[in-house]
Amino acid sequence: MFKPIQIADKLYSVGCRDWDIRDFHGYYIPEGTTYNAFLVTGEKNILIDTVKSNFSDELLSNINRIIDPKKIDAVISNHTEMDHSGSIPKIMHKIGEDKPLYCSKMGAQNLKSHFNREYNFQVVGSGDTVTLGNRTFSFLETRMLHWPDSMFTWMPDEKILFSSDAFGQHYAGDKFFDDEIGDEIMPHARKYYANILLHFSPRVQALLADVAKMNLDIRMICPDHGIIWRKNPSKIITAYDRWSRQQPGKKALVIFDSMWESTTKMARAVTSGIESEDVGVRLMNTRKWHRSDIMTEVMGAGAVAVGSPTLNNGIFPVIADVLTYIKGLRPQNKIAAAFGSYGWSGEAVKILNKEFEEMKWQIVDGGVKVVYVPDESDLERCFDLGVTLAKALKEKLSP
Amino acid sequence: MDKYECPCGYVYDPTEGDMDNGIEPGTAWEDLPDSWVCPLCGAEQEYFEKVE
Repeated sequence: MFKPIQIADKLYSVGCRDWDIRDFHGYYIPEGTTYNAFLVTGEKNILIDTVKSNFSDELLSNINRIIDPKKIDAVISNHTEMDHSGSIPKIMHKIGEDKPLYCSKMGAQNLKSHFNREYNFQVVGSGDTVTLGNRTFSFLETRMLHWPDSMFTWMPDEKILFSSDAFGQHYAGDKFFDDEIGDEIMPHARKYYANILLHFSPRVQALLADVAKMNLDIRMICPDHGIIWRKNPSKIITAYDRWSRQQPGKKALVIFDSMWESTTKMARAVTSGIESEDVGVRLMNTRKWHRSDIMTEVMGAGAVAVGSPTLNNGIFPVIADVLTYIKGLRPQNKIAAAFGSYGWSGEAVKILNKEFEEMKWQIVDGGVKVVYVPDESDLERCFDLGVTLAKALKEKLSP
Repeated sequence: MDKYECPCGYVYDPTEGDMDNGIEPGTAWEDLPDSWVCPLCGAEQEYFEKVE
């Protein structure tokens, strides 16, 4: 049960907290998440977004604390992903299947694909305005932020933006607003950006420019996950501007895995080399860190070294998992180097370099390969690789 | 002729066109009809970016 939270006059957050979820389609969320839905009441009652299907009853019960759910006149669906659309069938059944369901053009198409049925879709596009009772809503399509159907709903009189997944965070707790939680929320917002939105950074830049031109004077941002930005919405907008620019930071990351600790020794030597150049570095073992945490660190790093042993003529499977994930999120402006131990064939470094090339990362050194176990001179080569990487990063960042 | 990429990952390659949607191979990006949208996600042409 979630006590409905009043966020403005006759406007409530009626969503649900999912305390138990840890794996969000492969993204690790240690504090669970919320599925936010919003109820606007007045002459007409409008529900903005719903929740994951297994929380349908809880959503209805939350709404019921404010109004009889049957009195909902319309639903706005900003995003069709099932954590937000999953309760649409149950809600529509409850309120009347013929009630209008506002969504984007792709939203109508996607809702049909999800639920295999038609609703009374009212398709809206950027700039469209709809007045329902004494409330006005306008819409902004945010295509591929992060699905083709994604859109924002804006209430111009209240100056409240319902931003769908944008500006969200996977956080379930006892705080509901930015001013209650303070900076503690930012690591969650950053991880969310790195894992959900990073590859759409050019679209984020375009969207922020469009929104700036509109002079909206946003008072509050209500995302579909996590806390509501009511005190200082510009804080998250500024952060999105920074993250989407993908400027390299003066820090390095060493990502590695190992079979018999040889690549571990190499990774530590690379790390020492980087540190000797006064560049901050983090060493991340892919079997100790979740891919989504590694991804968050990749976003902020300017240099990335990846170490993999060669297993059966290929790279180590866990490294392949992490790299596939990273590659899909398209982090840009990185410099990179590879290393790894091998027994007889030693393909890993070559494969890693190919991955870097495909990601358009700048390779600063051909990499270091060591047969079986590194000796002192091998470890020196690894140390030097770290030095080369750190120097290249400093040079890149120097004005 | 330049290729253009949709935010969803689809790349319009003029040498291939988009036969499923009536676009002949050899049709330059600039010559696509205004009604042509991304065959995967439905994005309009304004969302595409030139592949460098």
